[in-house]
Amino acid sequence: MKRRLTQLVLIIILALLVLLPWITPYFYIFIVTEILILGLFAASFNLIFGYTGMLSFGHAAFFGVGAYASALLLQSSEWPLLACLVVAVLTGAALALIIGYFSVRLNEVYFSMLTLAFGMMVYAVVHQWRSVTNGSDGIAGFQMTSLGLGLDLTLGNPSVYYHVVLAIVVAATALLYLVCRSSFGLILTAIRQNPERVAFCGLNVARYRLAAFTIAGAFAGLAGGLMAPFLRIASPELVHWSMSAEPVLMSILGGTGYFLGPFFGAGMFVLLETWITSWTQAWMLVLGIILALMVMFFRRGVLGTFLDWWLERK
Amino acid sequence: MGSIGMALLNSLDIGLLLFVIAVGLNIIFGVLNIINFAHGALYMLGAYLAYSCIGMWGMPFWLTLLIAPLAVAALAVAIDRLMLRFIYQRDISDSLLLTFALLLILNESVRLVWGTGIYVVDPPTLLQGTVHFPGGITYPIYSLFVVGVGLVFLVGLWFLFNRTRLGKIMRAAALDREMAQVLCINTRTVITGAFAFGAWLAAVGGVVAAPMRAIDPGMGDKIIIESFIVVVIGGLGSFPGALLGAIVLGLIYGLGGRFLPDVNLVLPFVGMAIVLLLKPHGLLGKGAAS
Repeated sequence: MKRRLTQLVLIIILALLVLLPWITPYFYIFIVTEILILGLFAASFNLIFGYTGMLSFGHAAFFGVGAYASALLLQSSEWPLLACLVVAVLTGAALALIIGYFSVRLNEVYFSMLTLAFGMMVYAVVHQWRSVTNGSDGIAGFQMTSLGLGLDLTLGNPSVYYHVVLAIVVAATALLYLVCRSSFGLILTAIRQNPERVAFCGLNVARYRLAAFTIAGAFAGLAGGLMAPFLRIASPELVHWSMSAEPVLMSILGGTGYFLGPFFGAGMFVLLETWITSWTQAWMLVLGIILALMVMFFRRGVLGTFLDWWLERK
Repeated sequence: MGSIGMALLNSLDIGLLLFVIAVGLNIIFGVLNIINFAHGALYMLGAYLAYSCIGMWGMPFWLTLLIAPLAVAALAVAIDRLMLRFIYQRDISDSLLLTFALLLILNESVRLVWGTGIYVVDPPTLLQGTVHFPGGITYPIYSLFVVGVGLVFLVGLWFLFNRTRLGKIMRAAALDREMAQVLCINTRTVITGAFAFGAWLAAVGGVVAAPMRAIDPGMGDKIIIESFIVVVIGGLGSFPGALLGAIVLGLIYGLGGRFLPDVNLVLPFVGMAIVLLLKPHGLLGKGAAS
């Protein structure tokens, strides 16, 4: 019964998302595009935080290199968008594999410190390596010529690009969901709950953590690869550690215990950001205060608390 | 020869400054079992307060060195009472999240109060100028002062933790909080005190660094990464490890800046990665893998 209802709600939401360009003002197409991309970014973060129990403060590194990869390819070789996204995924995964190799070896305290440190290193490199990344100016002025697969779409049109983003994000989310529901995903959950026990079962915990981290890096790279064409620029802010704070807050806002929590959190986050930045510059301050209050008093998140209550009701 | 000597001397003042800051991080970790992500922000707050006291209100440097860190320590007491005490009993990721939120709050507050400009503080007249060492090395007197401060803290902290009752109480609370409580140690006060003490050390570092490094909104990010590298290289929670890590990082900066300026930016990370590969718990760390 509850399962049926959940499916029904999801189908309605999906149908509304598909129809969105025809039923809402233009402004909301941009908002929802951003929510979808950031939601995917947050969901990839939650694979390592909510599922595997490792808190990464450097997730923007993979998002950022994905954005730079697609921006650079669009600018220099005018590849089809899908090909650029494949490269963005591979770059995010490769960087996550390298950073993860050093970060997953010890406990979660080390993991958080090292991901933040390496994330800042990536930012510093992006910021200073002017010959490739164009420094603080970022990569701008690129055109999306085609999507690939022989489809003829005008990607410059925001509502067309919205549908492309929606299709890719839904497909990626479904894939990520399958990963979480697979036996691999169950092992990750087991690692969060009791790493020693998993190790006693003869599984290599560090290797599973590294695999989860690499997969998360790949999805974050994909989200970044979609973000650069949306913003029409890949700038160092996308790699900065304050960008890493965003998926953390989105996951906490929505709830880390449920697969769709981060998407819900991303929606709240973007709407809050749009509303708050309209009357103050100190968005980061508000973000920090919300995060602190959520952690102190409302750790399960908004969607999480609601679903906990609803699922336990007889 | 002179240039190597110069590079080594340059490593020493940075290294000892990093030691003072990283040891604060270690104390907080040891007693509260919290990694204070806002440590760099507290350091930055110390430096900005030094700018306000010295540059705007004309306060003498020495008075500032006394007052500014105390103000930051008082703020730390408030942070502990208002925020951290809610998550003492919780999972460690909650404390990481909370200090990370604190980092956002403090960083943005500093930006709101002081803006994004770059400030410079002059060293006190007593410490201006340079000294000449044999071998044609000139060295700023202020750097000598920083080395002196670092050494005073090195000896003072060693004495505190090994020879005084207060230091032993802090170590007992760090080793086994419940056992310490059973022995009539007021662990709540010790915890708050340790957090304030760590914050005080960060702010002292900030005031001392103010005449040496530019004061800008990114200085806290820079120092938190540097102190993370220090404790990872030396070993998290280890007092001699903080010293060794700080010296190693100072050497990487001093010698790297002199001989490999192009890759100077990533050298500390390379050093940290090498240590992680060979000695995952740091050069002097002793924790078991988990």
